Amino acid sequence: MSGRRGLVLLAGLVLVAMALAVLVGETPLRAGDYLTALARPGSAPGEILWTIRAPRVVMAALIGGALGLAGAALQGLLRNPLADPGVLGVSASAGLGAGVAIALGLAAIPGAIEVAALAGALVAGALVVTLAARFREPETLILLGVSISAFAGALSSLVYNFSPSPVTTAEVLSWMLGSVANRDWPDVVRAALPATLGALLVAWSARGLTMLTLGEETAALSGLPMARLRAAAVGGAALLAGSAVAAAGIIGFVGLAAPHLVRRWAGDDPGRTLLPSALAGGLLLVLADLAARVIPTEQELKLGVVTALFGAPLFALVAWRAARSWRS
Amino acid sequence: MIPAWESQGLVVWQGARQALRGAGLTVMPGEMVGVLGPNGSGKTTLLRAGLGLLRPQAGTAALAGRPVNGIPEVERARLVGYLPQERRVGWNLASQEIAALGAPDLPPARAREVAADMLTRVGLAGFGQRGVLEMSGGERARVLLARLLATRAPLLVADEPAAGLDPDAQLLTLELLRAEAARGAAVAVTLHDLTLAARFCDRLVVLAEGRVAADGAPEEALTPEVLLRVFGLDGALVGSPAGPVLAATRAAQRPPGELGR
Repeated sequence: MSGRRGLVLLAGLVLVAMALAVLVGETPLRAGDYLTALARPGSAPGEILWTIRAPRVVMAALIGGALGLAGAALQGLLRNPLADPGVLGVSASAGLGAGVAIALGLAAIPGAIEVAALAGALVAGALVVTLAARFREPETLILLGVSISAFAGALSSLVYNFSPSPVTTAEVLSWMLGSVANRDWPDVVRAALPATLGALLVAWSARGLTMLTLGEETAALSGLPMARLRAAAVGGAALLAGSAVAAAGIIGFVGLAAPHLVRRWAGDDPGRTLLPSALAGGLLLVLADLAARVIPTEQELKLGVVTALFGAPLFALVAWRAARSWRS
Repeated sequence: MIPAWESQGLVVWQGARQALRGAGLTVMPGEMVGVLGPNGSGKTTLLRAGLGLLRPQAGTAALAGRPVNGIPEVERARLVGYLPQERRVGWNLASQEIAALGAPDLPPARAREVAADMLTRVGLAGFGQRGVLEMSGGERARVLLARLLATRAPLLVADEPAAGLDPDAQLLTLELLRAEAARGAAVAVTLHDLTLAARFCDRLVVLAEGRVAADGAPEEALTPEVLLRVFGLDGALVGSPAGPVLAATRAAQRPPGELGR
């Protein structure tokens, strides 16, 4: 089957990109250094590869996969190619949580920012799950998500407004730009746990997402437990996006772009788009982070800036095409 | 015999508007029932309330003799297949995949076989791999009809299945539903075309402002008096070689009264 071959190909590309990203970096290494790193992980080249680069690359793949999967789940759920974790207000709420933690001076406590961000994401997720049960129309959910997003953004601005020092504001802004620099293995594990739970929930909802292609009423009478499948999709997407924001700040557009890149090839089926979207998201973010590292700039490019630079024009393109299909 | 579908005394408020004022419907196995009425008379609401898609403020609805809200989702899907009026499809799936969604209870390969059979029945043999959003509106309507038939449910409910179709597709749609009734299924359809309704249905239920204004065989239900009172038409069903045909003009004067429009 071409679908399965493509999946293997995509997974292979992710692995190649990850290997490349571990091998290439700011510190130039010679062939002998790579051999040393393989033979003695504790050596200086070994430290660079296994302690600095590898966790960063794995984190990029994990976060990209989480965002891609969350985007695919939300697009399927809302039957809208413009949906993305940002739409539900999850990213903005996570950003608010982190901003509050930084403004309160908790940044020095290890993990405090992450916990606050995940808490913000989960509050938004819980709110959205409640609203999704109450309002079944996808348009309503999108509008409510936009309101949540705007309100969380307003509260974040309030935090900067009252922040005691410009240093704090700069810190919050820097975190908001999104990055996977300087992550270690425990960071990866902390992000992987909630993301795995979210991925399982989303995977379980796949049948429901496919059935929703025919609309709410047909799905409601299809025999599938739609209320639970819908809650799993929203809750899973919130966990995925929340863990991504908690681990790496706000990285936009991967959730939008990844499903878009693989949809046609997955037969347009929102259920079958999930896994390829996760792989495509991982691939995108590993490559974007590699670009952020190797493009020579005075200060390192932030990952969120790179994805936004490429993602915003893509968003316009998707909107353009969607508008054309709505007219037909 | 237990009715495949029965509802009684349904009252539904939609905001400040009372969409149903005590209407009900009974469909027996092997029977094809047409639900008629002007726009806003409550046809779709009657179907949706009867299927448990919305909760009525009063009244009862039962599928195969069991209260509709007490039936678990999986069993309800075995009892009824529903084709909503809304034909928007979210994604460009192949038409065979869409039709196969009618049979989520079957293993995927078997569901695709059933879907292929049903696509052949609706005249779309060989179109299985065509993306449903790349089809014309009429073709897409046939794919959705194939999805309804793929449910193989003992009760088929279709909301405006003939709307927007060319004459050939309208006749095909109603012939296929008629054939399901002949095989023992209970069929309920809402229709605006009174000629098609009189020709294909065993019984017609005419709604006016949320109430049942007439219920009976086509000639009993669509009397000149009902045509005038409910639809504002001057005319009658007349015989033709192909079956009854509505011959009517807009009535010059609408009679006053509760049901007059």
